[in-house]
Amino acid sequence: MLTVLLAWTPVALLLAASVGLFLSRDWRWGLIFLAAQYLGMFWLMTLHWPFGLASIKLVTGWMAAATLGVTRPGLSESEPSEASPWPQGRLFRLFIAAIAIVLVVAATPQAETMIPGVGRPVLAGGLLLAGMGLIQLGVTADILKITFGLLTFMAGFEILYATVETSILLAGLLSIVNLGLALSGAYLLTAAPTEEAEEEFPK
Amino acid sequence: MSAPLLWIVLPIALGGFLLFFRDERFLARMSAASALALGLLALVVPIDAALLLGPFSFKLAGTLNVLGRSFILQSEHGSLLAILYGLAAMWFFGAEALGLARRLAPLGLIILGLTVAALAVRPFLFAAVFIEIAVLLSVPMLLPLSQKPGRGILRYVIFQTLALPFILMAGWLLAGVEASPGDVTLTAQSTAMLAMGFAFLLSIFPLYTWIVMLLEESSPYIVGFLLWLLPQATVLFGMGFLDRYPFLRLSSELMTALRVAGLLMAVSAGLSAAFQRRLGRLMGYAAIAETGFLLVALSLGTTDGVQLVFMQIIPRGLGLTVWALSLAVIQSHADPPTFANAQGIARRLPFAAAGVILANFSAAGLPLLAGFPLRLILLEDLATLSSAQTIWLALGLLGLMTGAARTLGVAVLPGAEAGWSSRETRTQAALIALGVAALVALGLLPQVSQFLLKDLPALFERLGQGAL
Repeated sequence: MLTVLLAWTPVALLLAASVGLFLSRDWRWGLIFLAAQYLGMFWLMTLHWPFGLASIKLVTGWMAAATLGVTRPGLSESEPSEASPWPQGRLFRLFIAAIAIVLVVAATPQAETMIPGVGRPVLAGGLLLAGMGLIQLGVTADILKITFGLLTFMAGFEILYATVETSILLAGLLSIVNLGLALSGAYLLTAAPTEEAEEEFPK
Repeated sequence: MSAPLLWIVLPIALGGFLLFFRDERFLARMSAASALALGLLALVVPIDAALLLGPFSFKLAGTLNVLGRSFILQSEHGSLLAILYGLAAMWFFGAEALGLARRLAPLGLIILGLTVAALAVRPFLFAAVFIEIAVLLSVPMLLPLSQKPGRGILRYVIFQTLALPFILMAGWLLAGVEASPGDVTLTAQSTAMLAMGFAFLLSIFPLYTWIVMLLEESSPYIVGFLLWLLPQATVLFGMGFLDRYPFLRLSSELMTALRVAGLLMAVSAGLSAAFQRRLGRLMGYAAIAETGFLLVALSLGTTDGVQLVFMQIIPRGLGLTVWALSLAVIQSHADPPTFANAQGIARRLPFAAAGVILANFSAAGLPLLAGFPLRLILLEDLATLSSAQTIWLALGLLGLMTGAARTLGVAVLPGAEAGWSSRETRTQAALIALGVAALVALGLLPQVSQFLLKDLPALFERLGQGAL
C-alpha cells in the first residue's frame, strides 16, 4: 500500500503543478509550478534511472526555470496581450484541463500495452505532462506560456522515453534541448520589449 | 584525427569562436573560407583510407565515439560534405554583401556542424535531437533583439520541437517492430508516429504556415539559409529510416501517403504562389513546393527516385541562395517587397530582379535552367505510375511558373523613375550574376555535377531496391 502511495505521489504533484501552471496568470507562480513539475518528473524518473542520472533532469529543469525567472523581471509588468482567439477565463481553462486529464486516464491503460512493464504511475505522469503541455500550446500566444508549454510537453515525453532509453549521450542532448528552449524563450521575451530596445544586430 | 572531428567539431568550435567578433567583413570571409576549405578537403581527403603524401601516409578515421555512441562518416559522405560546405560558403559570402554576416556566419557554421552531426550520429534516430538543437540556435539568427517576435517564429519553434518526441518514440517502436515483424498494430503505431514527426519536421501540408510568416518577419536571406539546410538534412534523415527498415520502404501504403503529401504540398504551394503579391511569400511557397517534389521523388520507391533526391541537392541549394540574396537586396530598397513596391524594380535593381525571376523559373522547371532536368525526370517517372498525379504535379509547376511570370511583369513595368540603372553594390551584382550563371550552366549541362553525386546513393544501399 505504501509502495503504491509512494509511486502515485509524484503523479499527484505533477497533476497539481501542471494544472496550476496552466491556470496561473502570474509569471512567478508559473515558475514555481514549473519547478515543482521538474521535481515530480525527477521523482518518477528515479523509478527507472539511477539517482545521479535522474538528477540531471531536475538540475536542467530548474536551470531552465531560473533562466526564465531572471529574464522576466526585467520586462514590463503589464499583462502581455493574448492574441489567441480562445477564451482565456480560468473556468474555461479548468474545463479543458479536466478534459485532458480524462483523456490521460482513458489512454493510460492503452499506453501500458505499448510500453509494458513500466508501471501505470510513470505512464500517467508522462502522458499528463505531455497533454497539459499541448493544451498550453494550443490556447496561448504569449511567449512565456508557450515556453512553459514546450518545456512541459518535453518533460512528459522525457518521463516516457526514460523508461525505454538510458543513453547518457541522449540524456545530455535532451538537457541541451531543454536549456535551449528556455534560452530561446528568454531571448524572444527580451526581443524588443520596449520602444527603446537597443539595436544589437542589423535587421 | 577523425573525420567527425574535422567536419563536425571544428565548424562548431569555429562558429563559437566567431561569436566573439563583430567585424562583418572578417566574419563573412573567415566563415566562407573555412566552409570552402572544409568542402575542398572533403573532396580530396579520403575518409578511412590511407592518403599518401610523398613519403608520408595519413589516414582520417571515420568514427568518433562519444559517451558510448558513435559519429560515423564514411568515404561516401565525402561528396555530400563537399556540396554542403561548398554551398554554405556561398551563403556566407552573400551575407557580407547584405551586411548580415554577424547574424548568419557564426551561428550558421554551428548549425552546419550540427547538421553534419545529424547525418553522422549512430543510432541515426538521435539525428532528430541535433536538428532540434540547430533549430533552437537559429532563433537569434532569425530575430534581432530590436524586433518584436511574430507568430511565424513562434510556430517555427513549436512545430520543430513537437517533431522530436514523435521521431524518438517512433524509433523506439520501430526497434520493437524489428523484433516482432508480424505485429501489425505495432507497425501501424510506429509508422503513424514517424509520419507525425516528419510532418512537423518537414512542414508537410498543412503545417507549413510558419514558412511564409517567417519570410515576412525576418530577413529572407537567413530564412532562405534555413530553408535550404534543414529540410535537406531532414530528407536525408528520413531516407535513413526507409533504408534501415525494410517494412517501411516496401510499404506501398507509405509510399502512396508520401506521394499524396508531396503532391498536396506542390499543388497547394504552387497555386498559392500563382496568386501571391508578395515576393517573400513567393519564395516561401516555392521552397514548400520543392519539399513536395522531394517527397514525390522519394515516394517513387525506385533507384531513379533516390537518384533524383540527390540530383536536387545542388540546384535547390543554388536556386535558394540566388533567390534569397536577390530578394534581400530588393527588400533593402523596397520594404516590404510587395508587387506594389517592386513595380519597375528591374529598372533600378536589374541583377536582383533577374536573380529572383530566374530562380523562381528554375524552381518551376523552365527549360534551360537548373530545375528543368529534375522536373522533367520527375514528371516522366510519375507518369509511369499515374497520369492523374502527373497532371496535379504539373499544375503545381504551372502555379510556380505563373508566380514567376507575374513577378517578371511587375518588375519591368515603368516605375516612378525613368531609365535603367543598377543600384546593387558590385559584390551583390557579382554574386547574383555568378549564381544566375551557375543556374543556367546547370540547366544546359546538368551532367557537370555528376562527379559529386555518383557516390551518394551508396549512403543508402538498400533504398530504391523495393518495387512498389
